[in-house]
Amino acid sequence: MEKKTRSGLKKNGRGYFLLASITLYLLTFFFSPDRMMPILESYLKLILQILPIFIIVYAFMVLIDYLVTEDLLKHMMGKEAGIRGWFIAIVTGIISVGPVYVWYPLLRNLQKRGIRVRFLSTFLYNRGIKLQWASLLILYFGWTYTLVLLTVMAVFSIPQGLITERFTMLSKKKGAS
Amino acid sequence: MLSRYVDYTRLKEANRKALKGLWNMLPLLLGVLLLVSMMTVLVPRSAYGILFNGNLLWDSIMGSLLGSILTGNPVTSYIIGAGFLDNGISIIAVTSFIAAWTTVGFVQLPVESMVLGKRFALARNVSAFLMSIIVGMVTALIIGVL
Repeated sequence: MEKKTRSGLKKNGRGYFLLASITLYLLTFFFSPDRMMPILESYLKLILQILPIFIIVYAFMVLIDYLVTEDLLKHMMGKEAGIRGWFIAIVTGIISVGPVYVWYPLLRNLQKRGIRVRFLSTFLYNRGIKLQWASLLILYFGWTYTLVLLTVMAVFSIPQGLITERFTMLSKKKGAS
Repeated sequence: MLSRYVDYTRLKEANRKALKGLWNMLPLLLGVLLLVSMMTVLVPRSAYGILFNGNLLWDSIMGSLLGSILTGNPVTSYIIGAGFLDNGISIIAVTSFIAAWTTVGFVQLPVESMVLGKRFALARNVSAFLMSIIVGMVTALIIGVL
């Protein structure tokens, strides 16, 4: 029987997902055989690119688990956190690097330990603000556009977090009733 | 001397938890990377432009939709967005596209659902999708005023 955790992560689901992805890849052989090698090359390139980020995420996971107690986390980003929680969510989202899926293990850990849904969502939204690529955004669109876009995104990450929390809680209540 | 300041038992436990978490995620990560690679190679860039028809609202929604489906380095969205702008597509649509590229992830949605919960993943991605259209409109409005 499959084991289901609180977040719905089925033990076998992970394997099935990878199997489904591999099956889709193998199907390209029938529809587009000349694309098989470019896809594999792109895949290997991506793995090499995310490896350093993986190590950074691992280090963060160890540090946070070691340094941040449940009480501290709940105080900073749990139900009791106010502006402090928003600030931490926005800043950490902006400074986090790499693809989002590399951060999922850490986020799941924080979610299990009581981080509020709104802050989790706001963190993820602010990951869209890539300061390390801002110079290229300026190059293509100019200073004014870049400053306005990044500020608007940071500001609107707050209502986005609130909406996510509202709908997550609403659908939880509907499911429970 | 370090043992005075470092709780090695706790550090060992934190290390074990982190490695276990990452190991459990590995099949999902490898799967999503494969999907991303397939999207990048199989969908030609020349196909993107045909979605836009000049209607502001339609183009904003299409920009957001395209940005939500496509994935990869955000710099790619800047290059494609600049190309759209040169081809006469509105700044609202281009901004929605860029905002959605980095904040919405339909390719990652199955993995996000498995890891963070279906309700959360759906609510977050849908709200981020709608927000990218609003961000596009507000950004264009402010730029227009400045």
